[in-house]
Amino acid sequence: MAAPTLAAEAKPWADPAAKPFIRIRNITKNFGDFTAVDDVTLDIYKGELFCLLGGSGCGKSTLLRMLAGFETPSAGQIEIDGQDMARIDPHHRPTNMMFQSYALFPHMTVEKNVAYGLLRQGMPRGEAMERVADMLRMVKLEDFATRKPHQLSGGQQQRVALARSRVKQPKLLLLDEPLGALDKKLREETQFELIRIQETLGVTFIVVTHDQEEAMTLSTRIGVMDAGQIVQVGEPQEIYERPGSRYVADFIGSVNLFSGEVDASGTDMLRIRSAEADGDILAPPMAGLKARQGVWVAVRPEQITLSREAPQNARNVLQGMVEEVAYLGNLSIYRVVLDSGKVVRVTKANLSHEESPITWDERVYLCWNPAAGVVLTK
Amino acid sequence: MSGPAPKSGLRKGTERFLRAIGFSGRGLVIAVPTLWLLVFFLIPFLVVLKISVAEPMIARPPYSPLFVHGPDGWSLKYTFDNYAYLWQDSLYIKAYWSSVKIAFVSTVLTLMIGYPMAYYIARSEEPKRSLLLLLVVLPFWTSFLLRVYAWIGILKNKGLLNAVLMKIGIIDQPLVIMQTDIAVYIGIVYTYLPFMILPLYANLVKLDGSLLEASADLGARPLTTFLKITLPLSLPGILAGSMLVFIPAIGEFVIPALLGGPDTLMIGKVLWSEFFNNRDWPVASAVAIAMLVLLVIPVMLLRLANTKQEDLI
Repeated sequence: MAAPTLAAEAKPWADPAAKPFIRIRNITKNFGDFTAVDDVTLDIYKGELFCLLGGSGCGKSTLLRMLAGFETPSAGQIEIDGQDMARIDPHHRPTNMMFQSYALFPHMTVEKNVAYGLLRQGMPRGEAMERVADMLRMVKLEDFATRKPHQLSGGQQQRVALARSRVKQPKLLLLDEPLGALDKKLREETQFELIRIQETLGVTFIVVTHDQEEAMTLSTRIGVMDAGQIVQVGEPQEIYERPGSRYVADFIGSVNLFSGEVDASGTDMLRIRSAEADGDILAPPMAGLKARQGVWVAVRPEQITLSREAPQNARNVLQGMVEEVAYLGNLSIYRVVLDSGKVVRVTKANLSHEESPITWDERVYLCWNPAAGVVLTK
Repeated sequence: MSGPAPKSGLRKGTERFLRAIGFSGRGLVIAVPTLWLLVFFLIPFLVVLKISVAEPMIARPPYSPLFVHGPDGWSLKYTFDNYAYLWQDSLYIKAYWSSVKIAFVSTVLTLMIGYPMAYYIARSEEPKRSLLLLLVVLPFWTSFLLRVYAWIGILKNKGLLNAVLMKIGIIDQPLVIMQTDIAVYIGIVYTYLPFMILPLYANLVKLDGSLLEASADLGARPLTTFLKITLPLSLPGILAGSMLVFIPAIGEFVIPALLGGPDTLMIGKVLWSEFFNNRDWPVASAVAIAMLVLLVIPVMLLRLANTKQEDLI
């Protein structure tokens, strides 16, 4: 099959002339006094696998449900493929959704569940059943066609739900926590399956998840949500390496945050006075900062190196005591307490033939390249 | 709880004693309802069964005894003439048939009125839902007899309904509803509506809203969603509610006696006149037993269908 141009390679979001497939404009949703989604504006492009990421109650599911038509926006506009969705009922929308609970019809067989959407659009039974059989073969469930959902395992139910939402070949697939209930191994398999579908069929996906790892693996872009707002949109790498706020930095992976204030004397390097770090921290320069402004420096645990002897010619050197070591096989996580009392998390790859690795209660030096730090103002 | 709690010597002793005479804790729990059914259901049933095979007599009680002490000791004296009589006199067949018909039509009407009400209550938000449920059971706070009597005031020729309809000019002549089968239908539907609504509500309130959304998402119109998803999934509730209405409606006596006319033929009324007008207790008992058998068979079938349906879901 000739693969369509991959959104992940074409990066239409970087091209200001590209026409978005989904335009979300100033969408707000209130439930009584509670604002679930607060003035969200977002463009999503054809062939993307876009992840809405956030904690529970951040409004990501509500946004997805407004795209499917189950919730009516209190304000704002949603356009899918150039068509305003305001007056379009869920059963007329070019979208299909895979529900978090799967929402399989308990009184129908697997086959009938998958055929349901095709029969509703008026496809002749014979043709529909052929399509269903093809689809079930693709998800390796052809032997389970006449079973009822409760006779299937969680993983099989999940595949039926995915098959049912895909069989109508919608322009837009909405997935609500699609991998939530699966164990780790199945999850990884399904993740790659989703990527394969997206890459070969060119379907546009919007996936809601609270699992940052899932979002990192799957998506072309991630929209991080907090309190009903989209706080940052970007490619996974961008979000991880250049988070825009402490919330994003903390939500995506783990991070060490040092609070401090800008020292005006810095020129080529930004110098930040931080009581938490027992001294000054050097960070890449950043425009628009005032002297004495309170900022945070975010440093990922894997960017910090530990050593028993003071590193030579290094900047950003701190000292502390190893409080805790967690061995995870491929790497170890160290918790180091600085003299200020601040706890710093450091991860270190475990190499074989290493003589006497650093262990509990040792006095160590922590060091990182100034370029690895990210200055955050909020 | 992990493991049984240590027991005192006395309790242990009592327990051992009870077990020795064939009682276990589980047996004791079941003993109370078993005893209840035995005393208040099985024994009266056996008494009625006994009377149904006796012969009528001008005596007190007005039927022949089952055990007779003759010259060659005790002997059993029974007859199936009363049952044969039910076949011979077409009144009984007609009354059974008419009862089944009235009960069936009433059940269908109750279902058609009760389903939307139950659906609406199940879809309502919490404070409103409780209020609506309370309104459904509120009539139970008034005597059943009084409520049926009240319908006489509403339905009679110079009653409330006719007065209102004539006042607003829909009819010139009063409608004759009282003492017809229509009045009986109205009475039964009114009385048994809560028994239809409550099991339906209990079923519909459990219906997962995401199934309806999934159906809409896959392109089904609201009516299709109702017919393909809601209705099949609420079948156990429909069956339970229908049984709760159909079974007592067949044997209903008060409603046809008060609201029905001389033409309203129901087995409950026939039974009453056999007992109290003809004082023919054996035939009346045979009517009762025959009715029970006729009821038990459809109930068993419905139960079977019901459990099968629940298995599917």
